[in-house]
Amino acid sequence: MALLRVTSPHAHGPMSTPRVMQNVLLATVPGIVVLTHFFGFGTLVNLLWACLVALVCEAAALKLRRRPIGFYLKDCSALVTATLLAIALPPYSPWWLIAVGIACAILLAKHLYGGLGYNPFNPAMAGYVILLISFPLQMTAWTPPRGLGQTPGLVEALQACFWPSSYDGVTMATPLDLMKQNSSLLVADLWAQTPQFGRWAGLGWEWVNLAFLAGGAWLLYLRVFSWHAPLAMLASLGLFAAVFYDGGSSASGGSPLFHLLSGATMFGAFFIVTDPVTSAVSVRGRLVYGAMIGALVYIIRVRGNYPDAVAFAVLIMNFAAPLIDNYTQPRTYGRRRDGSEQ
Amino acid sequence: MLEFIVQYPLLSALLALVGLGAVFGAVLGFAAVQFKTEGNPIADQINALLPQTQCGQCGYPGCRPYAEAVANGEAINKCPPGGEAGIQALAALLDLEVIPLDEEHGEEKVKAVAFIREAECIGCTKCIQACPVDAILGAAKQMHTVIASECTGCDLCLEPCPVDCIDMIPQRESLQTWHWPLPDPASREPQVIATDAEAAEDRAA
Amino acid sequence: MRKIFDFHGGIHPQENKHQSLQTPIRDAGIPPELVLPLGQHIGAPASPIVEVGQRVLKGQMIAEPLGFVSVPVHAPTSGTVSAIEDRQIAHPSGLQAPCIVIASDGRDEWAPLTTAADYRQLAREELLARIRNAGIAGMGGAGFPSAVKLSTRPGSQVNTLIINGTECEPYITADDVLMREQPGRIVAGARILQHLLAPGETLIGIEDNKPEAIAALRAAAQGTEIEVVVFPTKYPSGGEKQLIEILTGKQVPSGGLPLDIGVICQNVGSVVAIHDAIVEGRPLISRVTTVTGEAIAEPGNFTVLLGTPMQYLLARAGYRAEQNRRLIMGGPMMGFTVPDANVPIVKTTNCLLAPGHGELPAPSPAQACIRCGMCAQACPVSLLPQQLFWFAQGKEFEKLESHQLFDCIECGACSWVCPSNIPLVQYYRASKAEVLQLRRDHERSDQSRMRFEARQARLEREEAEKTAKRAARKQAAQQRAQAAAAGGSGDEDPIQAAIDRAKAKKAAQQAGGAQHDASEQEKLEKAVVTTRQRLETASSKLAQAQAEGSDLVTALQTGVDKTRAKLAAAEKALQEFQQAGPALTAGDAAGDPAAAAIARAMAARQADAAMAPADKARNQLQGLEQRLEKTRDRLASSQANGDEQKIIEALAMTVTRLEEKVSAAREQLKNPGDA
Repeated sequence: MALLRVTSPHAHGPMSTPRVMQNVLLATVPGIVVLTHFFGFGTLVNLLWACLVALVCEAAALKLRRRPIGFYLKDCSALVTATLLAIALPPYSPWWLIAVGIACAILLAKHLYGGLGYNPFNPAMAGYVILLISFPLQMTAWTPPRGLGQTPGLVEALQACFWPSSYDGVTMATPLDLMKQNSSLLVADLWAQTPQFGRWAGLGWEWVNLAFLAGGAWLLYLRVFSWHAPLAMLASLGLFAAVFYDGGSSASGGSPLFHLLSGATMFGAFFIVTDPVTSAVSVRGRLVYGAMIGALVYIIRVRGNYPDAVAFAVLIMNFAAPLIDNYTQPRTYGRRRDGSEQ
Repeated sequence: MLEFIVQYPLLSALLALVGLGAVFGAVLGFAAVQFKTEGNPIADQINALLPQTQCGQCGYPGCRPYAEAVANGEAINKCPPGGEAGIQALAALLDLEVIPLDEEHGEEKVKAVAFIREAECIGCTKCIQACPVDAILGAAKQMHTVIASECTGCDLCLEPCPVDCIDMIPQRESLQTWHWPLPDPASREPQVIATDAEAAEDRAA
Repeated sequence: MRKIFDFHGGIHPQENKHQSLQTPIRDAGIPPELVLPLGQHIGAPASPIVEVGQRVLKGQMIAEPLGFVSVPVHAPTSGTVSAIEDRQIAHPSGLQAPCIVIASDGRDEWAPLTTAADYRQLAREELLARIRNAGIAGMGGAGFPSAVKLSTRPGSQVNTLIINGTECEPYITADDVLMREQPGRIVAGARILQHLLAPGETLIGIEDNKPEAIAALRAAAQGTEIEVVVFPTKYPSGGEKQLIEILTGKQVPSGGLPLDIGVICQNVGSVVAIHDAIVEGRPLISRVTTVTGEAIAEPGNFTVLLGTPMQYLLARAGYRAEQNRRLIMGGPMMGFTVPDANVPIVKTTNCLLAPGHGELPAPSPAQACIRCGMCAQACPVSLLPQQLFWFAQGKEFEKLESHQLFDCIECGACSWVCPSNIPLVQYYRASKAEVLQLRRDHERSDQSRMRFEARQARLEREEAEKTAKRAARKQAAQQRAQAAAAGGSGDEDPIQAAIDRAKAKKAAQQAGGAQHDASEQEKLEKAVVTTRQRLETASSKLAQAQAEGSDLVTALQTGVDKTRAKLAAAEKALQEFQQAGPALTAGDAAGDPAAAAIARAMAARQADAAMAPADKARNQLQGLEQRLEKTRDRLASSQANGDEQKIIEALAMTVTRLEEKVSAAREQLKNPGDA
């Protein structure tokens, strides 16, 4: 047998792309469990249906693009997109809403640009924003969390998804909605008067955020991604909230803790902002990228038209990522910072 | 001044525009005289991209004339020694579409160097006269030889030789010129190195 | 305690060093045949100074250095030079290179050696010359001539001399065992270098995974000014630039040398070789090589003669070829696969790695780059490998250079961490080579352009000179004619006048007829007319002579015949010119042979392009036949004229060759499938 001639290095580290993706999927489990606890089986049904649609879309796109289907399906990237979008959607969404979102995410945001690694925008967030703009009613219909109303069971969840016309769910404003609508009450009064706010940042929501934080911390421990972007985002969001807290007046945007633990903050920080494909690449670049997202989240939440802002902030910064890369090249060994020879 | 403007807004606007036009025209005219570029800069840039084999396969007597012709709208696909890469570079420079090489002017070949079989050379100096880069040395009735490092491989010396003693020797890959090929991104196989020898074996098999 | 610095990035691959550390260094013995490549180092290959069949002694120089950056090659044992030819060598390309082959006689007879009782007595130049003549080139893997590295410019100060005992690559233990078993020679070698360079401090850098070597060296260095510095294990801390940063905190400027910041590095293997060369006078003819991997029954380290076929060394260590799919020279990170197990061991062969099937599995297919940035975190020179990969794929060479591709040390850390298994290093190697190739091509084409322009200028100058000369002649003739007319008395020499007239006419003809076909035609017409006139006069004279019965009749008769023939020729030429006229006027290339060749080649190619392959072949055949015919004619006329023997021979050979070509072309035309 002839000797094989291959290029060095001949050894390879333990990490592989499918394993990275699987770790990300595993890290969403605590968040999904808590979501299911507070909002019922809606999230799980979302998730399963979204995964199914995503696999079909991915396979179809690969077939159209004449790529080996099995090889690329194994990288699990479609499942990650589906999972992230399914978590972001309100529970008990109708099947067509999810299907449209996933199709947009996989086909438009990913494969139209050349597949995994070539997409300039985060597919899950692109799908989410398309849905939010196209179907604002369905996209803001959140079920009340456990403790504030009846949590639907599994049968109702399936019914809501696949026979949406026969399902008549109860919806309730989220804490971020309430905060936005408030114009007359002091923050402390608002907390006292509305049960949705829970202990720190919203009943249910605070636990959901903490669960995603735990998942994110585990990924950090595994070094699936570096701490720079998520921490920069959380720090900048917290800083903005602290600066404009305004002592809790009626014009206040809410406390830092409220912003850090409500809505999609932690989910965004550890599962969306960390998407390596669409973010900046260098360490300094990721710090800038994360910090800008944190700032945009605060600005859009407080001043914009939509109650939550992670998806918009991420998409806007996706635009800016190549520019950030251009200005944040690291200093190479033996060179000055501007790249000139010493 | 101000009163005039207030009184005749239309006229003053017109005057202002004419004035501006005159000023900028003067500036442009001055710049055109002051910073006049000698020669044809585009042709120079094109010439820099051509391989300078001076082989005349394009139909022009040398690379420079072809560069000037391209600057004046001649097709960019008439240079076989420049090949695919040359066409791409020209297309990028001139913002044109990449077009395949015009076969009428020859095919892209492996770079070769002329070699005179000196025992057979009768010293007629015909090849010396034909060589566009003066890469052949010799005198009448003395044998000639090619300065290999200066030969562009243009083939122009082959035809005039009365005794057919010039060979074009394709340049072989050596340890100095060999390098790793770019990996084939579409390949699902491990990246095995291909060399000419192996490729030839594959073809033979 | 000395401050240790850290460098950016780095990885921690499995070390796998224990396998080859179970036994002390063994001797590999003398193989029956040794193959010594002439280029075992960076720089110009050496040039052989022995002949085939010559007997050589152990340590005898058999190839001398060619140029400054070059080292000689020595015979590793006594024997006979059996061949000087191209052999396959240890190179990833699998190409051949010139080698000297020695058939060993087993007597291992030494050549006389020059030893130095006390190297301190030797001048600096003499020491450097001895190091160079001993053929020492960096033995850590790069193979840069040591003497060149040690030749400091006058005035440059060496602050730190670093002896590199890091050996950060997995599997390799050649330096480790050398430090364990021969610490005395390393320290002695280091002291020679100290004497040579007079550095401010001398450090031996070792990773903390080699406690035995550290202890041995510390003991040997007791009482000297040499400091053994230990630092944490991390790949690639053994890279020269990385080691310098670890030990001094300074970075070698990009594109510069360590000496620019007052540092010189030498590998421990090179230090031992320098010691042997100076103290014992022994040139570099053997080295310590690690043989390891799962396909090796008894892994370990061997002292092996340079030029030993790998096969021979592997057999000594119990090579199980059936378990081995790739044989690596060097370590798993930077080593390369050799094309064949028969290639020779060279000065830079620090390790032979024969991994088993499961040990280093074949690389799995590359997946898409997800820009995870792990490569950027691992890169020891703080590059952005993922961006470089992007640009390399798109062949954006300018971007590659602006992202400092050429600072890449090809350590392989980025490929090692890449979760998508992308062969990043190969992309960088290929791109670097391509950029360099482009630069070279550009230089070449610039050179050609300059030569072409110089030639053009020369031709123009010559043309101008010719025209000027003609004009001058014409003017002179006119002046003379005027003078003749002015002094137009009968006493003028009629012959001189005739010559002047002829000259003036000729000058006028040349001046007018250089470019224009019309004047060419005129010239021919005039030739016809004048010849006819001359014929008439000659005929009348002949008639007169015949009438007078003069004895000049025969002479006049031949003159008339000759003139008649000339007239016929002139008429024919005129006729031909008139026929060919339109064709020739199209190509005004008559002046420049190169332009003429271009014109002919163009016409042929255009005709070619329009034809089917079979037609093409037929055409080719026809052309060849014509050429054959022409050459035969020329040969016949040469023979008839009694030309030089050499020319006749050359023509005869051309005829035979053309005949061969014609028959080949006929053959091909018959079986077009072969093309």
